Amino acid sequence: MYDSPKSETAVQHAIKIAANKVQVYYGDTHAIKDVDVRIEDKTVTAFIGPSGCGKSTFLRTLNRMNDTIDICRVEGEILLDGENIYDKRVDPVQLRAKVGMVFQKPNPFPKSIYDNIAYGPRIHGLAKTKADLDDIVEKSLRRGAIWNEVKDRLHAPGTGLSGGQQQRLCIARAVATEPEVLLMDEPCSALDPIATGQVEELIDELRESYSVVIVTHSMQQAARVSQKTAFFHLGNLVEFGETSQIFTNPKDPRTESYITGRIG
Amino acid sequence: MTDATVQPGAEGRPVKSGSLLEQDARTKRRNAAEARFKFYGMAAVGIGVIFLILLLVSIVRNGVPAFTQTFVTVPIYLPEDKLDKSGVRDPDVMRKVTTFGYAPLLDDALVTKLEDNGIEMPFAKPSKLRDMVSSSAAAQVRDTVLANPDLIGQTVDFKLLASSRVDGYMKGRVTRESLARDKNLDAEHLDIVDQLHELGTLERSFNWAFIFGSDASESRPEQAGLGVSMVGSLFMMIVVLVLSLPIGVAASIYLEEFAPKNRWTDLIEVNISNLAAVPSIVFGILGLAVFIQFAHLPMSAPLVGGLVLTLMTLPTIIISTRASLKAVPPSIRDAALGVGASKMQSVFHHVLPLAMPGILTGTILGLAQALGETAPLLLIGMVGFIASNMPDGVAAGFLSPNSAMPAQIYEWAKRADPAYYERAWGGIIILLVFLMTMNIIAILLRRRFERRW
Repeated sequence: MYDSPKSETAVQHAIKIAANKVQVYYGDTHAIKDVDVRIEDKTVTAFIGPSGCGKSTFLRTLNRMNDTIDICRVEGEILLDGENIYDKRVDPVQLRAKVGMVFQKPNPFPKSIYDNIAYGPRIHGLAKTKADLDDIVEKSLRRGAIWNEVKDRLHAPGTGLSGGQQQRLCIARAVATEPEVLLMDEPCSALDPIATGQVEELIDELRESYSVVIVTHSMQQAARVSQKTAFFHLGNLVEFGETSQIFTNPKDPRTESYITGRIG
Repeated sequence: MTDATVQPGAEGRPVKSGSLLEQDARTKRRNAAEARFKFYGMAAVGIGVIFLILLLVSIVRNGVPAFTQTFVTVPIYLPEDKLDKSGVRDPDVMRKVTTFGYAPLLDDALVTKLEDNGIEMPFAKPSKLRDMVSSSAAAQVRDTVLANPDLIGQTVDFKLLASSRVDGYMKGRVTRESLARDKNLDAEHLDIVDQLHELGTLERSFNWAFIFGSDASESRPEQAGLGVSMVGSLFMMIVVLVLSLPIGVAASIYLEEFAPKNRWTDLIEVNISNLAAVPSIVFGILGLAVFIQFAHLPMSAPLVGGLVLTLMTLPTIIISTRASLKAVPPSIRDAALGVGASKMQSVFHHVLPLAMPGILTGTILGLAQALGETAPLLLIGMVGFIASNMPDGVAAGFLSPNSAMPAQIYEWAKRADPAYYERAWGGIIILLVFLMTMNIIAILLRRRFERRW
């Protein structure tokens, strides 16, 4: 039932993100408990688990999007290339340029396709000339596997695209700022199966350059696109390992119950 | 099937009574209730519409006559021996002849006019004829002569304002019976007026001076216009716009996007909402105490009026700005933060442009409200005097005493002469035209820039 992941080779990549004893609180609610996880470079890591288990919350701590929520508090440390991103000296804005994010619902800016992509590079000063910017836009749209569909209407509004196209545009937008890590929060949940297939293919290609972390509700999707899988349950990281191992030979009984459909 | 109130049928299923083609009693009752409710709604709307129509009809009926005015056209001989004895045509020398020197010329001209046309002269004293024209007529002749001294020695046609009683007669407001108790004009005057009207000497025409002119003293309603107070309102609106838009938008952006949610911001929020409901006269007395008595800003000045109206408009602008900021979906903010925009960049590059139509709509409606506001202006002294001069310049426009449209209307409505009553209605029409224009602009803005996500 589950496809074996595409990278069978157990190549050990460098550790990109290391989380140590991470606790997240929403007010009095202890949402994430003692999570330790190692996310590798050039690997797709999937977070799975039932609704409300904290996988999205944990994903958002990785680029400090949780900072926008007043009552949210994070303890423990998350090291990105050995630097704690919750250090007082870290500016979340700089962090987010390194750790890009794609959201559940496609959310292009109500601007042209070109401006959607160009916005990030512009505010980070990545392009010196108009030609540079044009290059970045084209490259990003190609990476987002949407260039052929939109190259003739770069100045049409991004909101006029179909849902799947919008999501790929958002991925291209995230890629345009040259991040090192790409976080995806259920990127296919608002898409139909065909668009989902396209986005999954894209994720597999992105693995060559980035460390990708994807939250998904679909276990098939996790099995299809990821090399590593983390199973969250009630705020705990229950099991983390090679995707093939998690889906074929889970060690924890809770993981087994979830992937066989008995809980969740 | 456990519901005890439902009678089981032959097969043990509940029996729903009868055919679908007939309504059962319960459905009938529900439909009747719905029909009644619709009727109440329509009645309420109908009553509202009737009142609106009554209001508009009465405003137009009472106010439209103010836009026309009766004029008398007479040739007036301008003798040199009376107006410029020196003969040098120097306006500074000629200024010594006051309007009293010009008044007899009017009498002579009117007497001549009557004689030439064979109209019987009913009065012993020629000066009695002068009651038919406005008391501003002599000044009008004098101003023309001083502006153009070469006219002396010639006979010039002057289009003089008729007095308010004559104007009232032409508009049907004054009758021979009502003049019986009026010292200003006699029935004999009206006979002359009728004959002059037949000759075409005395005519009603559109009165631009009502829209663009200045206010006049209590005894000369025919001369009064709304122009100066319009300028006063304009300067006030400039102050309101320049102050309330940046302050209001900055406060809303801070409160909505940056401020922590705690007891203090909650308190501020509640108070802003409450301020929107504070009676405007309270702002007036605040302005009197703070701006005039404490800060010693000039009384009756559009600057002070603008400051007071700013205080009054700010809550409106803040509330509407916050509403339009709230209406921008959070996903747009997430998207901006996600590509590494700072909080401020996400607000200024993405949220604010999307909220702009709403902000502008709210601002225009706030301005419209401020434009029509009268009570605070009463307290800072923008009534009770005659706004007779256009300001000399921009600085004077802000600082010298002036009136404002609603204050001028209030002032007119308060004066005794029925001709002023008519002008008050006319002023309301002009004010409503301004308000309607602003509202239409607000609607167009909203339509034009409305975005769908």
